[in-house]
Amino acid sequence: MPRYLLSVHGPAEPGELGNYPSQDAMLQAFADTAAFTERLQREGHFVFAGGLAPATTATTVDGHGATPVLTDGPYLVAKEYLGGFWVVEAPDLDRALALAAEGSKACRGRIEVRPFQTEDSFPHLLKP
Amino acid sequence: MVGRLARRFGDLDVAEEATAEAFVAAVERWPRDGVPPNPGGWLVTTATRKAIDRIRRESQRDARHQAAQMLSDHTPPEPTGPVQDDRLRLVFTCCHPALAVEARVALTLRLLGGLTVAEIAHAYLVRETTIAQRITRAKAKIKAAHIPYRVPSAEDIRERLAGVESVVFLVFNEGYLASGGDDPVRVDLTDEAIRLGRLLHTLLPDDGEVTGLLALMLLIDARRRSRVSRTGELVTLDEQDRGAWDRALIAEGHALVRERIAAVAAGGEPPGRYQLLAAINAVHTAAPSARDTEWSQIVALYDRLAMLDPAPIVRLNRAVAVAEVDGPSVALAEIDRLAGALDGYHAFHATRADLLRRLGRSGESRAAYDQAIALAGNPAERAYLTRRRDQLAG
Repeated sequence: MPRYLLSVHGPAEPGELGNYPSQDAMLQAFADTAAFTERLQREGHFVFAGGLAPATTATTVDGHGATPVLTDGPYLVAKEYLGGFWVVEAPDLDRALALAAEGSKACRGRIEVRPFQTEDSFPHLLKP
Repeated sequence: MVGRLARRFGDLDVAEEATAEAFVAAVERWPRDGVPPNPGGWLVTTATRKAIDRIRRESQRDARHQAAQMLSDHTPPEPTGPVQDDRLRLVFTCCHPALAVEARVALTLRLLGGLTVAEIAHAYLVRETTIAQRITRAKAKIKAAHIPYRVPSAEDIRERLAGVESVVFLVFNEGYLASGGDDPVRVDLTDEAIRLGRLLHTLLPDDGEVTGLLALMLLIDARRRSRVSRTGELVTLDEQDRGAWDRALIAEGHALVRERIAAVAAGGEPPGRYQLLAAINAVHTAAPSARDTEWSQIVALYDRLAMLDPAPIVRLNRAVAVAEVDGPSVALAEIDRLAGALDGYHAFHATRADLLRRLGRSGESRAAYDQAIALAGNPAERAYLTRRRDQLAG
């Protein structure tokens, strides 16, 4: 079954309350997000999910050369970074978009839906 | 045929190319061997074989498995008949909301309209490579993101159909009042939009908005011949030669509008945007002259439309009818409230200029015409506005 990455972006340096107007709103969003994730599991869509620590905690590694070069910080400099994601299975894009709409409502963020590559994505490379 | 093969093989490129190959084969063989007893069936069978050959060539690894699976496709035909059903699936795929609007338009014209990339590029005044790229990207997305070949479920169909209708109407509008280039009307686009509208109506005969959209396009297109003068100037509704209107198209459009009025009266869903716009155009095309138009009915229809769609453009058009019922000063007061929203829109300034002219405020009218001329992209419309401006007294 096709797999999709549903990713949520957030501010580079989220404050104590993240994007949320109040503590209560934040807790409610967390509860709704957890409920959404449970639903994905119940209905057989769930593959994996997680929330990420702030982008400021990232390290970028370039292993091209003789010794790896380490850089403190994310790969791209941006105002918003990937904050969390779900990997889901859905029969087609319509279903994936419907799931994303619910996830977006639950987490109060916009969601990017992106399909994973499959073997069909590069049949010419797999030719014997 | 493309739709049918696309459903079966799940790949637009394969479907399109196999269809083209089948037609080439027909051109080569039919003159030599004679036309087969069932030409349509022959084409489908040939295209199916070509598609399978193609898939075999492209992925030898599991070709046998794939071909076996496809050859055993014995999906029972659905009530609407498999061919129509496949075209409908293709409509919804081409107009999928996950595709950018430009991509939907290009894909619909290419796959449903059968226009070539060159024809689409010419109609939209962009380079062929741009259109080709739009189509290639859209097809790649359909494939990679698994956009389904499916008629949406009952709960989604109205919303998705609205997207399809807007693509068709967008094509029609660009043809009817081209926003750029030298041709004021692009008949290739209006004809294609009407053809698509007819196709939708055949596929979904009971849908009120689909019927309304077709009626609307027919009633607008009926006036095409009288809309641009011999000197290439736009002729507004009140000055058009009504004898040059296409009576057959008007009769067809009126019949569709009557059908919808009866359906709504019989307890059907209330009319949506296209049905109301079609009704407005039915009132216009039923009048022997601009003066004899039932303007109060038009205002009432615009009132209903404004309840569905409170967009400033709807209120601008309503004001044009208000001017006929309550006079230009009432209309001008309504229009001036829209200045903030419509300042960059040529029709706002053109309407304002006309109302100011009728109120004898020549200086202000001239300034409004100047603004309208500067913003108008259509050559016939610029010519018309320029003449009206130059006719102003003092």
